[in-house]
Amino acid sequence: MKLLFNIAWTHVSARVRQTLVGMAGVAMGVGFTIMMAGLMQGSQIDFLRQLVDTMPHITVEDERRSVPTQPAEQEYAAVQMADIANVGKRPGIKYPESVMSSLRSWIPGDVAPSVQTSAIIDHGGARIGITLTGIDPRREVHASKLASQMREGKLDDLARAPNGIIVGEALAEKLGVKTGNTVLLVGGQGTRLNSTVAGLFRSGMKRVDESQIYSLAGTAQLMMGQSGVVNQLRLRLNDPMSAQKVATQVEAQTGYKSVSWQEANADLLSTFTVRDFIVLTVMGAMLLTSSFATYNIISTITHEKRQDIAIMKSLGMREYAVRRIFIIESIIIGVVGILFGWILGYLLCYGWSKITIFNPLTGTTVPLQIYYSAMHYVVAGGISLLCCAGAAYFPARKATRVHPVDIIRGAS
Amino acid sequence: MTEVALQAVELVRRIEGVVSHTLVNGIDLAVNKGEFVAITGPSGSGKSSLLYLLGLLDAPSEGEIMICGQPTSKLSETERADVRLTKCGFVFQFHFLLPEFTSLDNVLLPMRAAGRMTEGEMRERGLALLGSLGLGEHANKRPNQLSGGQRQRVAIARALANRPEIIVADEPTGALDTASTEQVFSILRDIADQGQTVVVVTHDPALAARADRRIHIVDGKIAEITERCGGELVCAAVS
Ligand SMILES: Nc1ncnc2c1ncn2[C@@H]1O[C@H](COP(=O)(O)OP(=O)(O)OP(=O)(O)O)[C@@H](O)[C@H]1O
Ligand SMILES: [Mg+2]
Repeated sequence: MKLLFNIAWTHVSARVRQTLVGMAGVAMGVGFTIMMAGLMQGSQIDFLRQLVDTMPHITVEDERRSVPTQPAEQEYAAVQMADIANVGKRPGIKYPESVMSSLRSWIPGDVAPSVQTSAIIDHGGARIGITLTGIDPRREVHASKLASQMREGKLDDLARAPNGIIVGEALAEKLGVKTGNTVLLVGGQGTRLNSTVAGLFRSGMKRVDESQIYSLAGTAQLMMGQSGVVNQLRLRLNDPMSAQKVATQVEAQTGYKSVSWQEANADLLSTFTVRDFIVLTVMGAMLLTSSFATYNIISTITHEKRQDIAIMKSLGMREYAVRRIFIIESIIIGVVGILFGWILGYLLCYGWSKITIFNPLTGTTVPLQIYYSAMHYVVAGGISLLCCAGAAYFPARKATRVHPVDIIRGAS
Repeated sequence: MTEVALQAVELVRRIEGVVSHTLVNGIDLAVNKGEFVAITGPSGSGKSSLLYLLGLLDAPSEGEIMICGQPTSKLSETERADVRLTKCGFVFQFHFLLPEFTSLDNVLLPMRAAGRMTEGEMRERGLALLGSLGLGEHANKRPNQLSGGQRQRVAIARALANRPEIIVADEPTGALDTASTEQVFSILRDIADQGQTVVVVTHDPALAARADRRIHIVDGKIAEITERCGGELVCAAVS
């Protein structure tokens, strides 16, 4: 092996310029791939984190997924019923306390009850439709990040102000209200309620900050005209990624429609899948093309060294050993290229992280999120090395297959 | 009893093509251990082709080659390479040294490929070989810093590196001047005298006369064998 390495080294070190070009090719491929991976995963993770922080991981609604089968259908095979309304008036979740305590016994996380309804904020001539979620501040702390998203006031202040509500910063700005101001809430049933802004929150998701407000459960029930109803359970899990699995289990147990955050955002997440696919393809192509220079070099060397190949074979070196020389050469080029590529990739990532952009999702200007992962370096390097070895394998195989006699006859 | 180092039985090498061509046409030959055989013949008679077969560089179309009694026709390409590495040493008309390596490294190449000695032992043997061929002070020179005769001697040292039973040489002195030719030949003669088997192709009748046996080839067949008998080469057989 040392011998093969020695021969390989004499070949590459005699071609400094070509070798450097090959290394530069590999370095660029690896560097840009790492940069792309860091940018892509960075933005994705950043986005998912916001999503996961802002939304309940699982929402259990007081609805069924589909129309319940009717007794007649169960009895007679020929009977089919249509036009049955799934939900008329929101019936609420039956015995929410016992459902919650049974859920709490096994889910890896916590659950809080809430009352969700829609309403209109009427303030200073502006009428804005919003979603009003009635919560229990003591339990909310365990089930969402709302407490940590408070910019002004605390969750407990809801109970202190008359009909207190917590409003998103963006909405407050739009309405021109401050903490302590009073706004008019108009409910679906025509209920009108003067509420006091008890606090401001900022989730980072524009959609939420502009249209979501919180109140005590009782206030929301009042707006709905259904006292005592709980129509939503919100679950927060220790591992948000398990939401889909847990949601299925919850649904099976309770019979209520349980929506994981992934399901609620399926459209967004599916664009991620498409994006991932595109980016991975581009990265693969980049790594592949970056090994083309190596292919070129090895082709040239094997061509120039035809005679040496014949000599080594005639002396009794095995064909695969001779072939290995050229693979080692491309691996030398690859490894050095990859090392430089790693440095380049890191510098590019660092450079990008200094750039700030406007994020339409949160409506703020933030630095680009870069995800640094050793995995990117390992995978980009590994694939690049494979590409280099492959790029060397084919010309090397062709060159080392030659019959030494043919060359020796030709040369003497 | 003399031991047969190299034996060819009914050896045929044909090139199939639009026009088939027979390079070696039924050669039977047995070379004893320590024997020095010269192969002569007109240009194009198939001497090189025969030598490539004897050195397992090429595979015969028919027939068998036995090296130290071991048949070789059924060996795989890798096994043939292993036999070449350890049992046959090649010297060509052109030196065929690796240009990037020093004389010593070139001589060490087959030893390193075989990997049967420590690096120290290999260097010791390499230097001893070069020394015995009068190249002691050229060990660290590259081929392009050597004369033609010196290069050819390095090539001989390389052929001897793994102590092969058989040395085959194809016109090793073809490109050399008289003095170098003389030197190379006496080296080959010494090798045979020390017990290794040498088969050499040459055009030079004076050199062929110094062999133990001279085999004259015409059109891929043995035309005449001349053997040494009490110091004189006499005609022994005509086939
Ligand atoms: N690949 C080939 N295809 C066809 N004919 C070939 C091939 N290789 C060699 N020959 C022919 O085979 C014959 C024998 O060639 P070989 O090289 O063995 O001769 P030689 O005796 O060594 O000649 P010289 O003394 O000139 O070296 C020649 O006529 C040559 O033209
Ligand atoms: Mg010839």
